[in-house]
Amino acid sequence: MLELKNLSKTYRTGDKALQNVTLTVPKGQVMALIGPSGAGKSTLIRCINRLVEPTSGSVILDGTDVTALGSGALRKMRRKMGMIFQQYALVERLTVMENVLSGRLGYVGFWRSYFRKYPQADVDEAFRLLDRVGLLAMADKRADELSGGQRQRVGIARALIQNPRLLLVDEPTASLDPKTSRQIMRLICELCAERDLAAVINIHDVALAQMFVERIVGLKAGELAFDGKPVEMTEDVLTNIYGEEDWHATIREVDDEDAEAEEPVA
Amino acid sequence: MPVSQNASGAKIWQLRNRNQTLARWAAYLAGVAVFMWCWQRISDATTWFFVWDAPRIAADIGGRAWPPRWSYMDKLWGPLWDTLNMATLGTLLALVMAVPVAFLAARNTTPSATFIRPIALFIIVATRSINSLIWALLLVAVIGPGVFAGLLAIAFRSIGFCAKLLYEAIEEIDPTQVEAITATGASRWQVMAYGIVPQIMPAFAGISVFRWDINIRESTVLGLVGAGGIGLQLQSSLNTLAWPQVTLILIVILAAVVIGEWVSAKVRGAII
Repeated sequence: MLELKNLSKTYRTGDKALQNVTLTVPKGQVMALIGPSGAGKSTLIRCINRLVEPTSGSVILDGTDVTALGSGALRKMRRKMGMIFQQYALVERLTVMENVLSGRLGYVGFWRSYFRKYPQADVDEAFRLLDRVGLLAMADKRADELSGGQRQRVGIARALIQNPRLLLVDEPTASLDPKTSRQIMRLICELCAERDLAAVINIHDVALAQMFVERIVGLKAGELAFDGKPVEMTEDVLTNIYGEEDWHATIREVDDEDAEAEEPVA
Repeated sequence: MPVSQNASGAKIWQLRNRNQTLARWAAYLAGVAVFMWCWQRISDATTWFFVWDAPRIAADIGGRAWPPRWSYMDKLWGPLWDTLNMATLGTLLALVMAVPVAFLAARNTTPSATFIRPIALFIIVATRSINSLIWALLLVAVIGPGVFAGLLAIAFRSIGFCAKLLYEAIEEIDPTQVEAITATGASRWQVMAYGIVPQIMPAFAGISVFRWDINIRESTVLGLVGAGGIGLQLQSSLNTLAWPQVTLILIVILAAVVIGEWVSAKVRGAII
């Protein structure tokens, strides 16, 4: 469904953030993207919805080449791609409801959105989504009154109200505590399953990725370094991507699942 | 070199070595010499007899200016109202013009950094560098004396001030919020209304009241050059040597400024 062909991005400073990345994500697949800081994970995600213009190569979503679109068509295409951010990126001074409804901006005209006169169907959907992420009571609160986990839930609702085909998720848990991180990852994966959405999730926490996703892709210095199932993620692979380190603790759960059955896996 | 060794080989640390210390003293000496020279120039150009005479003259004027002529207040309400109107409407007009200029001048919102941004910056510098009294002089000559000339003078002088502070606020916004709105497929104007405007609202409100507060002060003197308001009364009182009226006008101006300052402090406190 999503296809990247020889995608490259060279920044004006000369940094080669992405080099010839070719990747296919089928419908409904949740894929984690791992790699050290600066490996090009954020650039890859932003090249897909062209928040960053790729230098060469193409991004094909449902048969349409995103990189070839003009600005109007690109806006229509962006509606199909919901994005979730590390620092939540909510508009802090707007209410939770306004933030969720801002996911519909691509569908409503300027004046309707300016005067907050969204179609009733959108408002109904916003309430349904807020209920789904457990924030129905917060609809009238301002975004900056919420905790980190709550804000990320609003961010998820905003992405989903776009009715997207694909979720682009940039470090969803990097600013959250371990428990909230798991809850957020679980929520994202459940929602993807419910709606048959594909997702590309940038993530630093390898163990967390292994826990939730069905496929892991590793990036190293802008190039693909690994592509496989979570169980194929070995210490050697991690050493290849990140460099020499004692990886035993990081991927313990996968290793130990067979050997020590008495230790419950959370 | 700040770190050196003494005879017994222990390390000695000083903030500056000898040459740096001498250079600093030389710089201080040069500063004092320039000050003395300037002082002498001013002294030569001053008629010291008048200066020694100043306390007596001041006491004389003060004696004649007191008590204020309170009955003159009846004639001041109108000009005072004009002054407030000049300040308020002038600020509003300035804001209307400053907002687009600010968006054109901010690096992250300007449509063209090479062509349009310099023009916007030029508007900011040009309007800021001309004092409102001078704007008033020009406008009184062009459109004739009266409150309207004063209003425009206040507005023109304020464009640069408001636009400059506003474009700095625009450049300091959090770009990820803008990115997030862009990623939803929002149009350029929607990105502005949702991603940028909410972030600069506190700055905008603060700048508006701050400038209104300054403009109340500035509009009180515009009458001196014929641009209407209470300054007109001040000038005619000065011309006829009606010192008790002058005192009353100065008291009224002081009260207006204090009230303006109090209101703007309250409003800013409520917003930020």
